[in-house]
Amino acid sequence: MATATIDSPDTHAADGHDEHHTSTGISNTKLAMWAFLGSECLLFGGLISTYLLYKTRRGPGPDNTTIPTDIFDIPFTSVSSFVLLMSSLTMVLALSALTRGDNQATRAWLLSTAMLGGVFIGGQVYEFTSFLREGVGFTHNPASSAFFTLTGFHGVHVSLGIVMLMSLFVASKQGKLTPKNTETVEIVGLYWHFVDVVWIFIFTVIYLIPVE
Amino acid sequence: MSETLTEPHVDHDDAHEHPSDWAYIKIALILAVFTGIEVLTYFESALPIFENTSVTIATLMFLMVVKFYLVATWFMHLRFDNKIFSQLFVGGLILATGVYVIALAAFEFWA
Amino acid sequence: MAITEEPLALTSGEAATVERPLGALTRPKGGNGWRDWLSTVDHKKIGIMYGVAAMFFFVVGGIEALLIRLQLAAPDGQILSAEVYNQVFTMHGVTMVFLFIMPLAAAFANYLIPLQIGARDVAFPRLNALSFWIWISGAVFLNTSWIVGGGGADCGWFCYSPNSGLAFSPSHGVDFYVIGLQIAGVASLISAANLIVTVLNMRAPGMTLFRMPVLTWMLLVTQFLLLFALPVITVALFLLMFDRLFDAQFFNPETGGDPLLWQHLFWIFGHPEVYIIILPSFGIISEIIPTFSRKPIFGYSFMVFSGIAIGFMGWGVWAHHMFVSGIGPFSVAAFSLSTMFIAVPTGVKILNWLATMWGGKLRFTTAMLFAVGTVAMFTIGGLSGVTHSLAPADSQQTDTYYIVAHFHYVIFGGGVLGLMGGLYFWWPKIFGHCLNEFWGKVHFWVILVGFNLTFGPMHVVGLQGMSRRIDTYAAGYGFEFWNLVATIGSFIIALGVLIFFFNVWKSRRDAADLPAPGPDPWDARSLEWMLPSPTPEHNFDTIPVVESEDEWWHRKYGYDENKRVVRIATIEEAAQDGSATGVHLPAPSFWPLVLALGLPLIGYGLIFNLWLAVVGGALTGLAIYSWALEPVDDPDADHGHGHDDHHDDDDDGGDDHAADDSEPVTAGAEGGE
Ligand code: HEM
Ligand SMILES: [Cu+2]
Repeated sequence: MATATIDSPDTHAADGHDEHHTSTGISNTKLAMWAFLGSECLLFGGLISTYLLYKTRRGPGPDNTTIPTDIFDIPFTSVSSFVLLMSSLTMVLALSALTRGDNQATRAWLLSTAMLGGVFIGGQVYEFTSFLREGVGFTHNPASSAFFTLTGFHGVHVSLGIVMLMSLFVASKQGKLTPKNTETVEIVGLYWHFVDVVWIFIFTVIYLIPVE
Repeated sequence: MSETLTEPHVDHDDAHEHPSDWAYIKIALILAVFTGIEVLTYFESALPIFENTSVTIATLMFLMVVKFYLVATWFMHLRFDNKIFSQLFVGGLILATGVYVIALAAFEFWA
Repeated sequence: MAITEEPLALTSGEAATVERPLGALTRPKGGNGWRDWLSTVDHKKIGIMYGVAAMFFFVVGGIEALLIRLQLAAPDGQILSAEVYNQVFTMHGVTMVFLFIMPLAAAFANYLIPLQIGARDVAFPRLNALSFWIWISGAVFLNTSWIVGGGGADCGWFCYSPNSGLAFSPSHGVDFYVIGLQIAGVASLISAANLIVTVLNMRAPGMTLFRMPVLTWMLLVTQFLLLFALPVITVALFLLMFDRLFDAQFFNPETGGDPLLWQHLFWIFGHPEVYIIILPSFGIISEIIPTFSRKPIFGYSFMVFSGIAIGFMGWGVWAHHMFVSGIGPFSVAAFSLSTMFIAVPTGVKILNWLATMWGGKLRFTTAMLFAVGTVAMFTIGGLSGVTHSLAPADSQQTDTYYIVAHFHYVIFGGGVLGLMGGLYFWWPKIFGHCLNEFWGKVHFWVILVGFNLTFGPMHVVGLQGMSRRIDTYAAGYGFEFWNLVATIGSFIIALGVLIFFFNVWKSRRDAADLPAPGPDPWDARSLEWMLPSPTPEHNFDTIPVVESEDEWWHRKYGYDENKRVVRIATIEEAAQDGSATGVHLPAPSFWPLVLALGLPLIGYGLIFNLWLAVVGGALTGLAIYSWALEPVDDPDADHGHGHDDHHDDDDDGGDDHAADDSEPVTAGAEGGE
């Protein structure tokens, strides 16, 4: 618990410039977001561990013995992973543009972030359908159930992020996104980057590390 | 990557200056290069050293941790922000790692 | 979560021109009619609703318990069939844990945390309302499986696989369990984040973390446990749901699934969960015991740190529930050791309570009786817990009534008794009149006797080898006598609960003829007692500036030259009179309720017909959208800022913006709502 860093409220009340009026001087919403992300670590940790435990468990056969690792398309996934990674860059650039008050650029970066996310999701849809074609379905064996559940959860997170980004985009169009709202964009950004780091983990541990 | 934070922030998260766009772009470039190396490990012929699985795994884990760290500290601003954010997040990470590594150990996953 | 709800439409100053969202529900105003309860965002009303709903489910779970005991009163019981018996004990456990103790603790957390830290409300008042409504829709959803699901869940409260699979549990009971707990889990997660932010960010000036009352501390630790433990069971519940509803292969051993995975996930959540259950009660008695011993708590920092230590160590012992599940000798040894260690901080707490009472001027009010009862009963439960931390011993005890005895001593003896004490203690603060002390004491003694008669004998039959979760037993094994005693005991507990309800009714009726309790009937120590009873809607007239631990006590008492305690102010002098008017409070909203109603629809939809899930999803989406567009403050309400006489950085409890209109309000700052 973070006791040491919390400055005491009385010293705090003394410095008049603080704009948040909270005991710690940090904003409620941002603190809540970080708490939520801390909690999400245990959610994804559970899903990832489940997959790791099951990744080589094939069904008893005859037609459910293929597991995702047999048919991973690493070059393809590398591209879509790279796309998601770069969307983190466009996200920070959106925030930075908003801080400068450059609405045009903010919108452009928000839109490109959402679009990169969309490309990633598109890739995932393609991956899922090609898996199905190759006989790896959700219900086939523990490995495939775990794979679809993990990547599906992640995909839902990305999709929600896209919805938020588009809401920000629309708000900006309506002139409602001003430098005063940087924190809102920052918080959406936090969520977005989190989803990205989860994928950094998944890409390495699930896709790249070779299975004996 | 040090042109940003010259005066260390004290208490308040708004006290800091944000890094320049150029700094972000440099971070992204590093991330891109690292990802490139990661993908290279898949093509064993690219570098003979990756025929050794342990080396591959060690490299991959190292690169992953660095990427994770860079995104969290720069893009998520943890290095400039109030420590309490890092504590919450790292708390969740450590806890998750701890319990799940132990749980997998109980399945003799690491053996 | 929070993000999609951003009131983006709201930039500063614009609030006054924002239209009524969708016009479907007009914005409620404050008051006390039923509409105001449905739309309230006041942490006190929300706390009361949690409490009332929890007591309702206490009765439901209690009736289930009585059915179990009736069935087991004599050998070869015929009251319930084996199937129904399974459903009844499962739903009893689930109801008591998730629908009674946790929400009752949430009631105290909601009502008391803002008061104890000197705040006007929680950090996110509307999210707070959302948590309550989501929780109750999950709770009701779970219980409707009796009606539409073909019976309750029948897999035990920890719902081990493969019993929980379609093969062994083909009715919809387990589906309701899985989805109901997910819904209730969302509620607790939101509430945990909300209360963590509240404690860290909303403290009055001078209220440093180490001046906070022990109760607030223990509730804070509880919220952290919830924050990190709930996602783990969420994963488990999703996997099971996918298995049952969508033919996934997580727990089916025939196709390579591993039932042990469920056990691990469940207990990684499950052991922290037992501390989620017990710590609020520990906090409550840490307020009651000093008050009625007229001494500060002994070893405040030990108290706090042992609570934190329990919070940490609680993560490292889960597999002690699995000693006979085949987890291997190394795991057994490691978890056996860690379990023994966790008894240490628990022991520290017990010693501190005893030391607080030692040499104090004890007053045995009902609340104090319950608190002392809690310490005593919990000690017994803790000791039996240590006996099964030894794996060889536990191999004999596990799945017998000895375990049932253990966890009832800790949960009922340590948890429920403490919460009951809390009700007696804070009742005057909440409702403006005390509960009758005579009937309160009758309540206590009846419960205490009934409790020990019910669960004490279970140690005996357990060690004799009677296994838990069997619907009947044959005569001749020596189980008859103690089972009958336990059944009689359970009806004595039921009588005790009835006496409590009678007391509630009688005390309310008599209240008019009795003198009002005043702000501080017990001569207590923390900030809530400086407010009039019942607490005014705006809590504090002016936010107090805190100078020490036990702030309220130190406003009443000082020391003379000989270091003897002397009174320096009467309660009336030191207390606030609640007369502030026009304090700016967050406006009520119907959207939390509407949003919450969508979730059970999604649940029914997943089970019966996916179209219904679409409808539920649409309703939830609509509510989120409307919520986001609804300004945090009602543009039409007259706030009367002019009367705001309080300190400038403590306004309006919740949404962190200034009451001062000249200062621009940023939508972002109101964000997560
Ligand atoms: C001194 C501290 C404690 C120790 C050493 C301890 C130890 C244990 C052990 C080893 C078990 C597993 C027994 C078995 O299933 O074979 C167990 C079961 C249980 N304990 Fe505790 N315990 C302690 C405190 C608590 C507390 C504080 C609570 C709740 C508030 C609690 C609630 C439970 C429950 C509900 C079960 C039974 C779960 C089930 O199998 O249905 N325990 N305890
Ligand atoms: Cu346990």
